[in-house]
Amino acid sequence: MTEKKIDSELIRHIALLARIEMTDEQADALGRQFAEIVAYVDKLGELDTDGVEPMAHALDVCNVLADDLPGESLSSEQALANAPARDGDFFEVPKVIGDSQ
Amino acid sequence: MSDILNLSALELRDAIASGEVSAIEAVRVYLDAIESLDKEVCAYNEIFAERAIQQAEEIDKKRSAGEAIGTLTGVPVALKDNICTSFGLTSCSSKILGNFHAPYDATVAGKLASAGAIVLGKTNMDEFAMGSSTENSARQTTRNPWDTSRVPGGSSGGSAAAVAGRMCAAAIGSDTGGSIRQPAAFCGCVGLKPTYGRVSRYGLVAFGSSLDQIGPLSRDVADAAMMLGVLAGHDSRDSTSVDKPVPDYLASLDKPIENLRVGLVKEFHSESLDAEIRAAVDKAAEIYRDAGAKIVEVSLPHSRVDIDADGQLSSYAVACYYLVATAEASSNLARYDGVHYGHRTAEKVGGIVELYSRSRAEGFGDEVKRRIMLGTYALSSGYYDAYYLKALKVRRLIKNDFDAAFGKCDVLLCPTAPETAFKIGAKTADPLTMYMSDIYTISANLAGIPGISIPAGLSESGLPLAIQLLGNVFGEETLLRAARMYEKANGATRLKPEMVK
Repeated sequence: MTEKKIDSELIRHIALLARIEMTDEQADALGRQFAEIVAYVDKLGELDTDGVEPMAHALDVCNVLADDLPGESLSSEQALANAPARDGDFFEVPKVIGDSQ
Repeated sequence: MSDILNLSALELRDAIASGEVSAIEAVRVYLDAIESLDKEVCAYNEIFAERAIQQAEEIDKKRSAGEAIGTLTGVPVALKDNICTSFGLTSCSSKILGNFHAPYDATVAGKLASAGAIVLGKTNMDEFAMGSSTENSARQTTRNPWDTSRVPGGSSGGSAAAVAGRMCAAAIGSDTGGSIRQPAAFCGCVGLKPTYGRVSRYGLVAFGSSLDQIGPLSRDVADAAMMLGVLAGHDSRDSTSVDKPVPDYLASLDKPIENLRVGLVKEFHSESLDAEIRAAVDKAAEIYRDAGAKIVEVSLPHSRVDIDADGQLSSYAVACYYLVATAEASSNLARYDGVHYGHRTAEKVGGIVELYSRSRAEGFGDEVKRRIMLGTYALSSGYYDAYYLKALKVRRLIKNDFDAAFGKCDVLLCPTAPETAFKIGAKTADPLTMYMSDIYTISANLAGIPGISIPAGLSESGLPLAIQLLGNVFGEETLLRAARMYEKANGATRLKPEMVK
């Protein structure tokens, strides 16, 4: 099933997608375990799943809709209470536009 | 009244209702037990002593004024630290939520409060419920009350250790791949994972949303039935919660099931299984046979337990789970960004991506990072079909196996875990070996069916043994009655470790 070797380049790519910063050392260590786990899950390739419908969910429910009624919600104060940094009624973040990444 | 510690939750509730024991007595006895034992066991992340005492006093006042008694009035319980409470912290045993105060109560926390239960504290767990030993905790290492050099299992290890150590009357856990049942087995208590959709997940910090389910850990099957009655029911705040009436699980519990058909899973009875656990499963089959049940052999080919050349356990279900669960986790845990709540790096960062990436690098532990990475990989462009979609198809095959099996039987009988509680540190270096600890529990989560782990006595070395029963979708009533039949006949219930004697 694996089309691409698990190398440090791939690990770095996934780490970026997952938004987890990693040192080279950590990426190497993780890469080894990762390769082992991926080799293990490759085992599913042994099974013939042609024509099998994917099962995303254990229940046969779909589109559960709620009535559009006004209700209680968190106040801005409550919503901001755990914010690591805030500016008045806003969550504070570093500059977004022009970020090189 | 140290006897209070030996009462089940149901008995304690009755003792409080009759006035034989006051709620304040009960709470104080439990707080004392925590004080004397938890330095060694480390089951609790946080204890709400003052709040519990205050609640108990209010209950006693109300009771003497003749107010009605709820199902759990005065019963001291513990909550896993991934259940949101508007009081105290909800840390998920993670550094990233180390200082997180939930702004609301989980539905189950509200239901417990309405029933009169008193929350003693929040229990330790594997970080974000990812693990099978509670060693992946950023908070502390919980020890098994039966042998403090061993793990309590996981991820609800703190809840299991608290129940086994008589540091609460019952506890709440969550089960994504076995996280209630496996620690219950390791600690000698009853652990019930209900059908997916039976209990609201609102306020449960999400790990694998199509797999997560909340359930009780308790001293015996009757307590599990009583607790499920309190927890279950439809909740409009969880779109996956099912609107089905909640039966009175306790009322029917002692009625033996006539013409019960017990399925033995032939692929689970492998060489790899610990001999004493296998003997316990065999004995359970005999107990059912003696009670007039019919034992039928069933097959779950896609949950088959294999043993490879190196002696490593292996199963399609485990492989399937580690793609589905990690894919869902990678999406669920994307919310921890160092912006809205949780840990944010103290270092100066150049931009928003660096803020996210560094905060997450600092806040998540190794196992959580591994799983987020695996899930991200399984969902990423070029790999989605080969991994995630493939796993969803295998999940269907696993479910089909169960549907066929339940055509032939009412409950399935199997082990809960392949071995008894292992030593602290024994599996931390090898994530794959740790994953196999859930080899007998994981398929139930993929299929969405309920399962219960029941104590089966002690091994020769004095560690708890357990068996597991699996039921059909929304078959909790049958499952609990069958569990009770076994418990009653086997007699190995309410096991008590030496350290609390």
